[in-house]
Amino acid sequence: MLRLERRATPSSIMSVVSPVLAAIGMLVTGFLLFKLLGQDPVEAFYLFFIKPLSTTYGIGELLLKTTPLLLCGLGLALGFRANVWNIGAEGQLTMGAIAGGGVALWFGDSDSSFAMPVMLLAGILGGMAWAAIPAFLRTRFNTNEILVTLMLVYIAQLALSWLVHGPWRDPQGQNYPQSQGFGDAETMSVLISGTRVTWGIVYALGLALVAWIFSQKTFAGFRMQVAGLAPAAAAYAGFSEKRNIWIALMLCGATAGLAGICEVAGPIGRLQQQISPGYGFAAIIVAWIGRLHPIGVVFGALLMSLLYLGGESAQMGMGLPSAITGLFQGLLLFYLLAADLFITFRLKRIAPAERTAVKPTARVESTA
Amino acid sequence: MNPLVPMIASTVVAATPLIYAALGETVVERSGVLNLGIEGMMLIGAVSGFAATHATGNDAAGFVAAAFAGVALSLIFGFLTLNLQTNQVATGLALTLFGIGLSAFVGYNYAGLPVNRLEPITIPGLTTIPVLGDLLFHYDIMVYLSIALFLGVQWFLTKSRAGLTLRAIGESPGVAHAIGKSVLTTRYLAVMFGGATAGIAGAYLSLVQTPMWVEGMSAGKGWIALALVVFGTWKPTRVVIGAYLFGGVTQFQLFAQGFGLPIPTEFLSMLPYAATIIVLVIICRDPKTILLNQPASLGRSFHSAA
Amino acid sequence: MDQSGFADLKPRLVLTGITKRYPSVVANDDVSLSVRPGEIHAVLGENGAGKSTLMKIIYGVTKPDAGTIMWNGLYETITAPSQARRMGIGMVFQHFSLFETLTVWENIALALDEPVATAKLATQITEVSERYGLPIDPYRLVHSMSVGERQRVEIVRCLLQEPKLLIMDEPTSVLTPQAVLILFKTLRRLASEGCSILYISHKLDEIRALCDTATVLRGGRVSGGAIPRNETNESLARLMIGGELAECHLTPREAKEVRLDVEHLTLATPDPFGTSLKDISLNVRSGEILGIAGVSGNGQKELMTALSGERPSTSGSMIRLFGQPVGHLNPAQRRALGLTFVPEERLGRGAVPPMSLAYNALLTGARKGMVQRGIIHPAVMKTFSKNVIERFKVKCGDEQSVASSLSGGNLQKFIVGRETMLQPKMMIVAQPTWGVDVGAAQLIRQALIDLRDQGVAILVISEELDELFTISDRLAVLAAGRLSPSVKPAETSIEQIGIWMSGKFGDHASDSTASVNSHMETAHAQA
Repeated sequence: MLRLERRATPSSIMSVVSPVLAAIGMLVTGFLLFKLLGQDPVEAFYLFFIKPLSTTYGIGELLLKTTPLLLCGLGLALGFRANVWNIGAEGQLTMGAIAGGGVALWFGDSDSSFAMPVMLLAGILGGMAWAAIPAFLRTRFNTNEILVTLMLVYIAQLALSWLVHGPWRDPQGQNYPQSQGFGDAETMSVLISGTRVTWGIVYALGLALVAWIFSQKTFAGFRMQVAGLAPAAAAYAGFSEKRNIWIALMLCGATAGLAGICEVAGPIGRLQQQISPGYGFAAIIVAWIGRLHPIGVVFGALLMSLLYLGGESAQMGMGLPSAITGLFQGLLLFYLLAADLFITFRLKRIAPAERTAVKPTARVESTA
Repeated sequence: MNPLVPMIASTVVAATPLIYAALGETVVERSGVLNLGIEGMMLIGAVSGFAATHATGNDAAGFVAAAFAGVALSLIFGFLTLNLQTNQVATGLALTLFGIGLSAFVGYNYAGLPVNRLEPITIPGLTTIPVLGDLLFHYDIMVYLSIALFLGVQWFLTKSRAGLTLRAIGESPGVAHAIGKSVLTTRYLAVMFGGATAGIAGAYLSLVQTPMWVEGMSAGKGWIALALVVFGTWKPTRVVIGAYLFGGVTQFQLFAQGFGLPIPTEFLSMLPYAATIIVLVIICRDPKTILLNQPASLGRSFHSAA
Repeated sequence: MDQSGFADLKPRLVLTGITKRYPSVVANDDVSLSVRPGEIHAVLGENGAGKSTLMKIIYGVTKPDAGTIMWNGLYETITAPSQARRMGIGMVFQHFSLFETLTVWENIALALDEPVATAKLATQITEVSERYGLPIDPYRLVHSMSVGERQRVEIVRCLLQEPKLLIMDEPTSVLTPQAVLILFKTLRRLASEGCSILYISHKLDEIRALCDTATVLRGGRVSGGAIPRNETNESLARLMIGGELAECHLTPREAKEVRLDVEHLTLATPDPFGTSLKDISLNVRSGEILGIAGVSGNGQKELMTALSGERPSTSGSMIRLFGQPVGHLNPAQRRALGLTFVPEERLGRGAVPPMSLAYNALLTGARKGMVQRGIIHPAVMKTFSKNVIERFKVKCGDEQSVASSLSGGNLQKFIVGRETMLQPKMMIVAQPTWGVDVGAAQLIRQALIDLRDQGVAILVISEELDELFTISDRLAVLAAGRLSPSVKPAETSIEQIGIWMSGKFGDHASDSTASVNSHMETAHAQA
């Protein structure tokens, strides 16, 4: 008979092992799932995990999808560590796209070398502005940020929809809900020929390094960590809760906004109704797999990116709906949460004989 | 005809799924558990209800299937958070993502198909009353059952002994465990109840309100239900009032069109979400409100040290 | 020869060889004891000796790893509190198991195994509570009751089930001296009716006054048995800690300039279950220890957070540190001026549980060179925390051990040490030795006295009257958010303090009378 027993100190080995266990759990379930669907699981696995990486173009696509996942994931990891639950990175990403895309449309076909930097800045500021709303509401009015950031996702997506259906719709676009294509100077150039990879991945990796330095080496990073681990201790130390919340949300907004503009100025090349297959939400899982640590987030982003590619590949190769990606994402997070259990608890076998005291049936007279 | 009547009627229909989901979550949160996975469970309920009704031609079968599907999904959440002590916020989010993905996956073949809509009932003698008949006696049966559910939940929480136990567990599971209450069993039952109601709420969308299956068709109603629980300060009466108010807000589009207001549809669609934010700000402003009403152990894992 | 007077009665409860192991400690090691009907049996031991664990085993909350329990001559396995209650065992916990947002009768109804109609239950509650001298109103909300009143609810809840054995776990830490006497009357009455009582405590005077027999636990084992009436505090202490109880002594000093000055501090609490502070005035001088006594729930938390800066005051001038108004400053800013403070809660407030001791030093020690231009310097952190560990004899792996792995006493020593080594000019300490073993308590009290001798101004808020009488130059009482005037311990008594704890300290709102008196005395002594 097994029993859960709390460890004296959390196991750091399990910290690293549990994401691996979770990935294995997900794969095993996926195997069974494919079998259930009547598909050959081995072929399905090949299509899902191997085929997308078999060409240079494929690797490029992997890096391309890693960019927004990594960018959003870094900001979210920092926020979660500080107990700031930003669930609306998708909305901040959308706002970044709108802001940066709007600047791109304003530049039109201009050759100006200012265009791209200003666009990127606008994207960052757009995401930050959208994240400022929950920051303000939480610090000023105690409003919990989970639902606020979520509601703002829907509002941002509706705003984008209005723009591409209305004022920003391409007049030569045959009534499609999309904007004019961005000019050459307004589109991010390809970094590796034969792929669609842009500078975005460089920004993302660079930010991972910066995030690592920030959280490990700086006092500001320490303050945010304490706020997440023990809010009463942060108050005792005199760390300003309001400042931590603003920093966390502004960083989230900035990275998500950058992700948004990198997407629309990169592979997409215009503003349209669907600019993200849920990167902002997937990034939540990325942050968790990465143990909220910048280096881990890089690996998490690569894994999640592979899941996206696999979903597309499975759709084309086996006619499965693209929603299979979402299924795998949810499964991965479930297994991760379950595997995390072993960081704080351990399984102990209790021998039945040990448990209870002796229980004879006859009444025993005891002497005083 | 008086345009007010169909507007009020559509408000009631819009409010009903919110009532089911929010009442369920109220019970769950009163026991101290925060389940953010309502959106996922609603979608699973929607697709299950649709599939069952499509297969059998029977709407009742659809609602029952939806309830079971919601319970099944809630059990995953229950096992992870109650037995394995996982973080409730993260697990709820995982449940939502999983539910969205699974429902889209399962519903792939059902997109665009027709289904038997659950028709409004007619009570002889009452439904034919002019104006009042349409306003009060001409809804589908799930509307009336939602009122019954409200009365049942209200009685359970305030008057019953089991409800007292649930409330005590929500305030302090450690103390409840010390005096011998089974925290795990009570919370499991609450979570399952929440799953059933969320599933039924979803089926209402695909069998009555729309009625058809579309990927992601709840469009955030699960999140709004969560906000309603806060808006109602965890009391069923206020939660239901909030549901009707929100039902009205979601139907504002029709009102605006009815009155010929020249606002783009996207902005009208933003209204429920913006209203949710405003409502949350108002309720959370005074820290005393939360301190006095929110179940003290909400969202925190409970491990009984053996 | 058995002098306890119960020789002719068969034991009601017999524990034999009870053992309970946890991952980091053996809580109970081969413990045996026996209790007869009508006997008041003390279980004596310092913090961490294993008393609470043993009681949890008897009450069915925890299961032992080895050993047997006999109840009225039959072997029993007690698997749950409900079973213990059915057997006739009642327990009043040290940390109450009450639901604050519910009424008295709702709390009691929840604990009953069979439902009882509300009106009938209310009558029963009123009747039983009055019969045993602890009257309570069944319809009051628990959060509106004082801690002492809440304990009555706990006791009445047990009494309603007509217990044959009543376990009282450290009952008097929440009571005024007068309330303690009332409790003793109740317990003696119960015993005379044949109820057995297990009285858990580390307070030697009380045990000698109340209990018939005693079992002494030390480090999880039984170190001896005794008849308390025949023992002295010293002999019992020897059994309890295996040595002598070292005493702290204050050599009288002249206090110098005022370092902390609080004038008419009135602060409403945002917490609906908290206590508002009303017109509090006090001052603390360099080289003196001001002790503030009071049962918890009378505004101690609120006073602490107001003085530390965790709760800013609306008017900055109500609190002055070294002459400057500081009411609007946060804790880090007040630390920069020279104030340090040790909070009531160790894990979660004074220290971050999953972080190492080195990083916990960074929590308040950033200014001591650990942070330069925003960057953390781990080497400085390491040196500082190693110093604290050495000077304050903190038992741990090393400075990389996580805070949650330390015992209560050792973590408290670390926190007190950390705040001391920040070289403060003023220090505020809340509950300095709560839940701390005797050795660590000794070290901490001496550390405070040493600081005082070096000229630091110290404010101690504590529930332990004995402790305050030992280490304070002056004493005041906090009752329902109001502060009494301060007096020298030698000029007052436990009874007087007890009376003040119920709020009856007259109209003296300021310290002026007391300080005038002490001035005159000093002048007199010098003449």
